[in-house]
Amino acid sequence: MILDTVSARQGLLASAKTVAMIGASSNPLRPSYTVFSYLRTQTPFDVTPINPTIAEIDGIKAYPSLKAYAQERGAPDIVDVFRKPSEVVAVVREAIEAGARAVWFQYGVINEQAIALANDAGLDVVVDRCIKVEWARMNGGLSTSGLNSGLITSRRR
Amino acid sequence: MQDRQFGFATRAIHAGTPPDPVTGSRVAPIYQTAAYVFGSTEQAAELFQLRSYGHIYSRISNPTVAAFEERMASLEGGLGAIAFSSGLAAQLAAVLTLAQSGDHIVSSQNVYGGTVTQFSITLRRMGIETSFVPVDDYAAIRAAIRPETKMLFAETIGNPSGTIADIEMLAQVAHDAGIPLIVDNTFASPALYRPIEHGADVVVHSATKFISGHGTVIGGVLIESGKFPWDNGRFPLLSQPSPGYHEKVFTETFGEYAFLMRARAEVLRDVGSQMSPMDAWLLLLGLETLAIRMRVHVENARKIVDFLKGRPEVAWINEPAMGSIFTFGIHGGRDAGRRFIDSLELWSHLANVGDAKSLVIHPASTTHSQLNDDEMRKAGVAPEMIRLSVGLEDADDLIWDLDNALKAAGRAELVEAK
Repeated sequence: MILDTVSARQGLLASAKTVAMIGASSNPLRPSYTVFSYLRTQTPFDVTPINPTIAEIDGIKAYPSLKAYAQERGAPDIVDVFRKPSEVVAVVREAIEAGARAVWFQYGVINEQAIALANDAGLDVVVDRCIKVEWARMNGGLSTSGLNSGLITSRRR
Repeated sequence: MQDRQFGFATRAIHAGTPPDPVTGSRVAPIYQTAAYVFGSTEQAAELFQLRSYGHIYSRISNPTVAAFEERMASLEGGLGAIAFSSGLAAQLAAVLTLAQSGDHIVSSQNVYGGTVTQFSITLRRMGIETSFVPVDDYAAIRAAIRPETKMLFAETIGNPSGTIADIEMLAQVAHDAGIPLIVDNTFASPALYRPIEHGADVVVHSATKFISGHGTVIGGVLIESGKFPWDNGRFPLLSQPSPGYHEKVFTETFGEYAFLMRARAEVLRDVGSQMSPMDAWLLLLGLETLAIRMRVHVENARKIVDFLKGRPEVAWINEPAMGSIFTFGIHGGRDAGRRFIDSLELWSHLANVGDAKSLVIHPASTTHSQLNDDEMRKAGVAPEMIRLSVGLEDADDLIWDLDNALKAAGRAELVEAK
């Protein structure tokens, strides 16, 4: 299912525990590092880099592929994708094979074929969103920085 | 969690201020603190590297100020907002986020006198040049844009001329040239007009006016749409490695948040023109009634215009096409104008607008007195011009006062004629 509402994305983030991050970088200037570091230090997620070119990031072991991750760690809840749109159909195939619950395509990672493939296989799909921003939207981070979270509520949380 | 798109009045009351999660306080607490304890050295590092959200020091962010910022971002339909100590500080920050020495701005000439001096004196001394052009002369605007031009600037409703800018047209001209449109929306307020919905990229306000609504605060705010392509090659301050922040490339690391992140993490941090928590709290309170106040401001302004139209002492009226601030002239020039203002009982003679109280001023001798004759003419200020900011009192009382003052000005006119 395509998760195109705030509440649907919140449901996914509230219930997921593991995040396998495809294309996570160890370069602190890269957006993928910023998101990795945020998920690792500021959220309850168990986040793992999937990148064949590095051994670890900040002490967290990197796996060369989703297959290698799944063999050792089991199926990831969310596969978070930082890759060129042209390369993500293969990523979705790996995610389906690894038994992932959801595929999360980061900003600009838009490939209709990959989206349809994941959706048809019954995975939850988030497109053109940042997992860090969406977590922060629901957990007060955006509001802390004067950013428009879109949240209106009079209930105490 | 709701997916509903809430209306303007609802957001003016609720956006940015859910119940306080710690105490349950329904009103946003005033976090009157300079600094914030870090959870750990690792958490502190994440904050300083701009990788996580949180407060470090109230010059950069504060929870009460952030609540006001989020509410303004919601009301203007922006990605986010940053509050400042004044409207001019917000405007300066918008400039400094995009421009440096050697750069250039194209500005409407129908703008507030303080904006003219900020651009033409202070920024010029810093090496940033401004070309002033009529806000509706698109050929002149296009011709004024140079390779080093970083922004087109205009006021939704020109102060005090009342000139209405065609924001959609200006946005098109700016975007064709690869530059953003920055709009001062102070006189309209987001209750009457939201420039981002019409193509503007950055909105600035003097929050002192309708946003406060009660003349209690000097404040400013900047709202950004998040839609402008800051990586188009024209904005090296956003798309080149920043020596002020660990060689970060803002457009690369922050994507659509690049402008807001640099405006806060570098400009606000280095300029130090932050809003105080107490002021932010007063502005949050003011915003709760913005929609209803603007309705009555506009209603009262229409009644005042109708009254003035029937008066022989009135030489001309520049009817407001939008809002409740407008100008008129009375026969007898500068002296009659002075007698008129000195005879008012209920209207306050002061240099401000957008208050619940009705306000009056003579721009040529006050707000625009720093301008030379040519600049004054360009800004649309005539010597006999009187500017009214119509408040929320009973319209009949406001008209009673105007009636007495017009009679007093007119009587003296007759005496002098003899």
